[in-house]
Amino acid sequence: MSSINLTLKIWRQHNSDALGNLETYDLDDVHTDMSFLEMLDILNEKLTKEGKEPVAFDHDCREGICGMCGAVIDGIAHGPEKEVTLCQLHMRNFSNGDTIVIEPFRSRAFPVKKDLLVDRSALDRIIQSGGYVSVNTGGTPDGNSLPIPSSNAELAMDAAACIGCGACVASCPNGAAMLFTSAKISQLALLPQGQAEKKQRALSMVAQMDEEGFGNCTNAKECEAVCPKGISIRNIARLNREYLFAALTEG
Amino acid sequence: MELNSRVPSGPLADKWNNHRFSNKLVNPANRRKYKVIVVGTGLAGASASATLAEQGYEVQTFCIQDSPRRAHSIAAQGGINAAKNYQNDGDSVHRLFYDTIKGGDFRAREANVYRLAEVSNEIIDQCVAQGVPFAREYGGTLANRSFGGAQVSRTFYARGQTGQQLLLGAYSALSRQIHAGNVKMFNRREMMDVVLVDGKARGITVRDVMTGEIESYYADVVILATGGYGNAYFLSTNAMASNVTAAWRAHKKGAGFANPSFVQIHPTCIPVHGDYQSKLTLMSESLRNDGRVWVPKKSDDKRPASQIPEEDRDYYLENKYPSFGNLVPRDVASRNAKEQCDEGKGVGNTGLAVYLDFADAIKRDGEETILKKYGNLFQMYEKITDSNPVEEPMLIYPAVHYTMGGLWVDYDLMTTIPGLFAIGECNFSDHGANRLGASALMQGLADGYFIIATSVANYLGTNSLDKVTGTEAPFKDSKQEVEERLDKLMQNSTGGPADKLTVDEVHKELGRLLWDHCGMAREEKSLEKALEELPEIKKKFWDSVYIPGIGKDLNQSLERAGRVADFLEFAEIMIRDALARKESCGCHLREESQTEEHEAKRDDENYTHVSVWEHISDEDPPQMHKEELEFEFVTPSQRSYK
Repeated sequence: MSSINLTLKIWRQHNSDALGNLETYDLDDVHTDMSFLEMLDILNEKLTKEGKEPVAFDHDCREGICGMCGAVIDGIAHGPEKEVTLCQLHMRNFSNGDTIVIEPFRSRAFPVKKDLLVDRSALDRIIQSGGYVSVNTGGTPDGNSLPIPSSNAELAMDAAACIGCGACVASCPNGAAMLFTSAKISQLALLPQGQAEKKQRALSMVAQMDEEGFGNCTNAKECEAVCPKGISIRNIARLNREYLFAALTEG
Repeated sequence: MELNSRVPSGPLADKWNNHRFSNKLVNPANRRKYKVIVVGTGLAGASASATLAEQGYEVQTFCIQDSPRRAHSIAAQGGINAAKNYQNDGDSVHRLFYDTIKGGDFRAREANVYRLAEVSNEIIDQCVAQGVPFAREYGGTLANRSFGGAQVSRTFYARGQTGQQLLLGAYSALSRQIHAGNVKMFNRREMMDVVLVDGKARGITVRDVMTGEIESYYADVVILATGGYGNAYFLSTNAMASNVTAAWRAHKKGAGFANPSFVQIHPTCIPVHGDYQSKLTLMSESLRNDGRVWVPKKSDDKRPASQIPEEDRDYYLENKYPSFGNLVPRDVASRNAKEQCDEGKGVGNTGLAVYLDFADAIKRDGEETILKKYGNLFQMYEKITDSNPVEEPMLIYPAVHYTMGGLWVDYDLMTTIPGLFAIGECNFSDHGANRLGASALMQGLADGYFIIATSVANYLGTNSLDKVTGTEAPFKDSKQEVEERLDKLMQNSTGGPADKLTVDEVHKELGRLLWDHCGMAREEKSLEKALEELPEIKKKFWDSVYIPGIGKDLNQSLERAGRVADFLEFAEIMIRDALARKESCGCHLREESQTEEHEAKRDDENYTHVSVWEHISDEDPPQMHKEELEFEFVTPSQRSYK
C-alpha cells in the first residue's frame, strides 16, 4: 500500500444565498486504497481537530448504489474513472503531488445547499409525475402469467439501473435531465406492464422536466460519458420516440 | 411489561386468514379521517406508505436522506425468496416456513414466520405488476437461483441489484401517492423521539437536518420502518446514516427491545484493509452458488493462491458439510471462516480472509455465463480491491450485516406502546437467531404491502382516540427534551477542539469493543469486561467530544454525534442480552455452549424464549422479560447442514 500527498481545492458555500469560493487544503499521507469519500472523511477529521467546519457532502451506502454521493472532480462528475460513483472512486487513480478541484453538481435545477451538497428533489418530482405503473397493492396476476422475453427484461434492467445521482444533469451543457427521465420511460416502455400508460407517462414526465427548469438534449453525450451505471443515450432516443408518438396521437 | 403475542388460534395454515376475518376494518370513507406517520422509506416504509395511502389514509412519511429512493434496502444484492415452486423442485409455503424457522435456529415465532411464507408469493406478483425487471428465462418466465440454507431454487433476482429494483418499485408506488396528494413526504428529517399521549403513540419529534429546527408531527398511528442497528459496530455493511436512534428513543418511551444481541455477521464481505475505512462492502451470498470457499491446508502458507496445488487446499465447507457445501447458512459460514483464520490458515495481508474461488465455475460454464450472473459484483470487487476475480480468487471475511433483534412486536406488528408499530428490519419478528439470505427483502415487503394495513385498521377500529393537534404538553415536552439533549451535545464545542475527540474516534472505540467482545463468538468473562468498559467510553464521549459548527444549521458532525450517543446507550442491552443467553443459537455463539464439532449448541429447556428488554431509567439497569416460544407445528431439532 502506498500513500500520496495532495492539494485539494474544494468549493465552500455556507448556504444557498451565500457566495461560495474554492478553498485550498493540503492533505498528506493519503492511502491509495482509500475511497474518495474516505479521503474526504480524513480531511474532515483534520478540519474538526483544527476547529474548522468540515466539508458538507451527501453520501450514504458507500457502495455505489444509493445515488446519494457525487461531486465534480477536476471537471468530471464522479471523477476520472469510468462507471463509478464518487464513493467507489479510489485514490489509486491519483498521483503524488496532484491538485484536485472538487465542486458540487451544478445545475439550475440543483441549488447548492451547502459546500458540495445540492438539492436534487426535482428528480423525485419527475418520477412522481408519472414514473410508475399505476397498480395498487393486491389483486395482481401471477408473476408468470405475463411472459417477458429475456432480452426485453435485460434491456429494461439496463435502463432501470439508474441510481438517480444527477451526474448526467451536472455534466450536460444544457442542464438537461433527459438521461435520467429516459431511463425510467424506457424501462416501462420496454415492458408489457408499462404499455397502458405509456403516452400519458411520456407527456407528463417531459412536462415536469421542463417545469423544473432542466434544459433540452442537444446530443452532447456528456451524460452517457459520466453515468456511473453506464446508462446509454439510446434511452433518450426511445424517450423522444415515445414522446413524439404520444404528442401526435394524444396532444 | 405485558408481552401478549396475540397469535391467533387454529391450525397454522388458517391463522392469518382467520385473523384477517376477525379483525376490525375501517370503512373506506372513514379512512381519510385518520392520519398515519411512517418513519423510513426502505422496502417496509415505502411499501407501507404507498399501501396505506392507496387505501385512503392520510399518510405522512419521513426519511433521513435527500430522497426516499436512497434507503439502504437499495443495497441488497442477491434476491428475494418466495414459495412459488416455479422450478417444480419440491418447494411449498410449508417448506419456506420450515427453512426460515430452522435457519433462525428455532428462536422465532411460528405463526409470524408461517404468515411470511404465505404472503411471499403475492410479493412477487405485486413487484412484477409494478414493472420490476426480474431476471427471466429465455421462454419469458421468471428465473430463480439458490441461496444459503435451502435446497430448492426459490430466489427471484434482478442481476445483483434486487434490492435496488424492489425499492424502486416501492418508491414508484410511493411517488404515485405523493403525486396524488395522499402522502406528504418529508425528506431530510431525522426522528428524535416518539410522542405519547395518554399512553398511546400519537406523533414524533424530528430534526430537519438542513436547518437544525426541531419539529412536531401528530397522527393516530405511528409506524417505524427505521432499519437495523449494525452500525453500533462502526464498521458494517450498513449505509452511513443507518442508526438505532428512532428505535432506541421508542424503547426509552416504553417499547420493549427484543433479542438485541442477535446480529448477523455476513460471511462474504471484502476484508478490512485499513483503519481509515468507513464501511465494509458485502459481496452477495449468491456468489456461493458458484464460488468455492477454501484456505491452504497448512497454516502460515504464504504462497499466492495460484501456486497452491489442489492437494494443499482445504475446501472446508464442502468437506465439513457435504449436503449443503458452500451454501450453508450465514452464521455457519462466518463462524467457520473465523475458525480457519484463528488456526492461522487465513490468507491475504492481514491473515483475516479466506478465498472464494470461481476458477472451477468458469472452467465449467465459461467466463461469459459467470459474468452474466455476477458481472456487477465482480466489477464492484475489482474497483475496491484492484484485483480481478476472474483471474484470482476473491478474498472475503465476515462483517456485521443485519440485525435480527429489534423492537418487540406482537402478531399485528405492534410494539408494547399502543399505536406504535415496527416493520422491516427494525422489528425482531421473523428471523429468530439467524436470517437466511434473500429473506430480508421478503420480510420488509410482506410487512409493508400485506400485513401492516390490516393491523392499522384493526387498531383504529378497536380504539377510540381523542383528537390531538400537536400542541399538547407531551409534544412540547418531547421537543424540549430533544432540544436540551442537542444543546448538551454541543456544549463541548465552546472551548474549541484542543484535547478533544471527534465523534468518529469514540464511535470506532465502541465498535472495537463490540466486535471483540460481542461479535462472532461470545464468552461470559469477555462480555462482563465489555460491560465494565462501556461506561468509560460513554463518559469519554460526553466529556470530550468536540462538534464543530452550531446546532441550528446543517451539521453532519452533530447528526453523527446524536446517533453515537444512542449507540452507546444501546450497546449496554446488546451486551447484557448476550450475557443473559447462556446457550448458543444461530448467530449467537457462546463459547461455553458448543457441540464437539464446534457447532452452536442450543439449550431448548432454558432458552426457548425471546428476551425482551425494558428501559427502567437512565440510572437503573434494564429489566429482562421473556416471551416463551411455543412450537406447536415443528419440532426444534439440532440444526444440521452436513
